[in-house]
Amino acid sequence: MTSMTEPKPRTAGHNQPPALDVDRIRKDFPILERQVYGRPLVYLDNAASAQKPRQVIQAMTDVMEGCYSNVHRGVHKLSQESTDLYEGARGRIAQYINAASSDEIVFTRGATEAINLVASGLGQGMLQPGDEVVISWLEHHSNIVPWQLLRDRLGIELKVVPIDEQGNFLYEDFLALLGPKTKLVAVTHISNALGTITPIADIIAAAHEKDIPVLVDGCQAVPHMKVDVQALGADFYTFSGHKLYGPTGIGVLYGRKDLLNRLPPYQGGGEMISSVTFERSTFKSAPHRFEAGTPAIVEAIGLGAAVDYMNALDFQAITAHEQDLLSYAETRLSEIEGLTILGQAEHKAAIVSFTMDGAHPHDIGTIVDRAGVAIRAGHHCAQPIMDRYGVAATVRASFGLYNTRAEVDKLTDALHQVKELFG
Amino acid sequence: MLDELRDLYQEVILDHGKNPRNFRHPEDANRTAHGFNPMCGDTLFVYLKVDEKGVIQDCSFMGKGCAISTASASLMTEILKGKKEDEARTLFERFHQLCTEDPSAEESEDDDMERLEVLSGVREFPVRVKCATLAWHTMSAALDGQEEVTTE
Repeated sequence: MTSMTEPKPRTAGHNQPPALDVDRIRKDFPILERQVYGRPLVYLDNAASAQKPRQVIQAMTDVMEGCYSNVHRGVHKLSQESTDLYEGARGRIAQYINAASSDEIVFTRGATEAINLVASGLGQGMLQPGDEVVISWLEHHSNIVPWQLLRDRLGIELKVVPIDEQGNFLYEDFLALLGPKTKLVAVTHISNALGTITPIADIIAAAHEKDIPVLVDGCQAVPHMKVDVQALGADFYTFSGHKLYGPTGIGVLYGRKDLLNRLPPYQGGGEMISSVTFERSTFKSAPHRFEAGTPAIVEAIGLGAAVDYMNALDFQAITAHEQDLLSYAETRLSEIEGLTILGQAEHKAAIVSFTMDGAHPHDIGTIVDRAGVAIRAGHHCAQPIMDRYGVAATVRASFGLYNTRAEVDKLTDALHQVKELFG
Repeated sequence: MLDELRDLYQEVILDHGKNPRNFRHPEDANRTAHGFNPMCGDTLFVYLKVDEKGVIQDCSFMGKGCAISTASASLMTEILKGKKEDEARTLFERFHQLCTEDPSAEESEDDDMERLEVLSGVREFPVRVKCATLAWHTMSAALDGQEEVTTE
């Protein structure tokens, strides 16, 4: 089934980038050959986790088959090779987000751990009772709960920037919340639940005018747009590997070198120390001081391969492709009577959150699953947003590199079946 | 595709999901509990009026949930009226088996279990079992005098 209506392009421009070769990209992702309930998989849950290209899978297999060993500690050949690959990945990830140095890239278990690492460090004597951390209504639980734990432990305060009905970050309200007690701004680059792209460069500039550092949750941004942490001026920037077509169990904390080296260690153990006696230990400088224990070696190398994969593509073309999917999806879904899209921010990534009259998101999820369409139904780890709109849950379709308009059509068809069943 | 789904979404479920019975908050309830499914955010309150002999005189619920959890709650309130506490607990056990175990276990002459059989389709949808059992967990918590329960 194809649509009769051509959606308006969200971003009109005369300098069209070369189109993304989606057919070729799809061939790189083995899982897309899979059938679900006898129907081709339509994977629209990319904001939760993205699929992996052959190149990532191969890079991880190659390490384990060819040179796997622990890093930074062996004099033997394999350890040297593994260390080179591991540190090489760090270097290419640094370039990917244009960090000034690979020493500014700390490997973590994921973005959640990256945020907890910063919260833990700031909580060790760098924040006083009454100090304020500013977050926004758009945050994922991972950028709310660590600060709440800190609040409860230290007596700091949390200030929350509101959003409007369309899901726009209210910049003027944000400015009004910045005060003499604000010690950190921690906001998302792109909302995982609504797709809102926040005015992050302006947010950082305004905070910096008052000498307030800014932590950015970039999980939903790094797979979909070119991120330049230096141009943004971010002090901390966090993201997970698995949403960037890389493996799970690996994420990144970017931190400005001077800031990272002022943070106390996060966990103690091997790898992060310079010397240890029973009386005292001294610690390495960043990033190693934050990487206690044997790291996720294979996963870090896999993330390096994911970054290589992205670098081989044209980011303008990725953005154009995904924006096209977004406007096409919004057009097609709007045809369905009783369907409401939540979040119509002015600047939006390819995430569509919606509800349907008479059908609960969980029921919708089950029904479209039978059509082979994987979407997310739930609160998306962003319950405050659900509360803001007075719903317990939404359905969310989130798009990636390999999705197509034909897949949007399959989603739309499946939603018509929901209508048929629930009438 | 719709045929496959009809096993889960039988007419009775669609009907009770859309028009839940006993969907109210009575003033004279003496056992109440709040149930929450953290996975989907579904939330409901179960209200019981249990007399001095341990008989459930009234059973009702309110809340927000999917068709499965709403229909299950609605059917439960109809079935539990007039039951003794221990009968209610036994029904919960048997209903839980119905939702999770092999179909051969479900042969039942019992009218109540027969009515609940419409929900046995969740067996094919393991992630939906918690939807079907949320109201029952909450009812059981209310009988135990526990005010909050989650399906974690």
